[in-house]
Amino acid sequence: MWLFLFTEMLLFGGLFVVYSVYRFRNPVAFHLAAQELSVTIGTINTIILLTSSAMIAMSITALQTKNKKLTLFLLGITILLGLAFLVNKYFEWGGHIKEHIYPGSSILALRGQGDVLFFGLYFFMTGLHALHIIIGLIFIAIITAKIFRNKITFNNYVLLENSGLYWHLVDLIWIFLYPLFYLIT
Amino acid sequence: MENEKNHIIPYRTFLFVLAGLITLTLTSAVVTQISLGTFTVAIALIIATIKSSLVLRVFMHLKFESRMFSLAVIAVVLLIATVIIITLLDYLYR
Repeated sequence: MWLFLFTEMLLFGGLFVVYSVYRFRNPVAFHLAAQELSVTIGTINTIILLTSSAMIAMSITALQTKNKKLTLFLLGITILLGLAFLVNKYFEWGGHIKEHIYPGSSILALRGQGDVLFFGLYFFMTGLHALHIIIGLIFIAIITAKIFRNKITFNNYVLLENSGLYWHLVDLIWIFLYPLFYLIT
Repeated sequence: MENEKNHIIPYRTFLFVLAGLITLTLTSAVVTQISLGTFTVAIALIIATIKSSLVLRVFMHLKFESRMFSLAVIAVVLLIATVIIITLLDYLYR
């Protein structure tokens, strides 16, 4: 599992390299474009993800102590928080698209190369991250069903641990996306 | 990751860490709104690094695993950092 996580880290690591080069080449455009993102939505989403990460971590403790009800409850909250993150993202992206800010938009193209690069990276990196959230949610839903049917129990919880690790990785990537896109203006 | 099967981390630990993470998030949001010039980037990234090490060590149980996992994570992070630094040096002295 850790080997897979390393490949994921390198995938996003490569994108961070691209980000730093583009930022280095277009500092002013990146500075101005980043101000258009809502710090509030970004912060709320960060807190949502961090909380959901803590919930799935606690669900492992709950399963280890043979508390099945609490495990299912905590996993349920994790899934709900993940969905809330996606809903926020939907409204955020929707707002940008309404203002004609999306990759390939001719109005965005008029604003110059720096803005095109910033929003291109923004949509690609947060989009790839959202895809990871969706995959993570599917995993967690499957695991929750297995725990419900007693297929996963306190002496056989590797699957729960692994989907937890994956979820934490998604959280970890967001921890870096958040300052790079929302905070550094 | 299955080496220490019976290591049970109490709920309290997770809640404390979560409180710490949220505090750090809010701190970084507030601090970066105050314009500190080049320091802003450094502060935001340092806070992000502290947060990720908390997630890695406690949520992802690295603190309780064999040292090899931690070393491997550090190696991957160093690799990415090295590539970024070398790339930027290239652009800087072109």
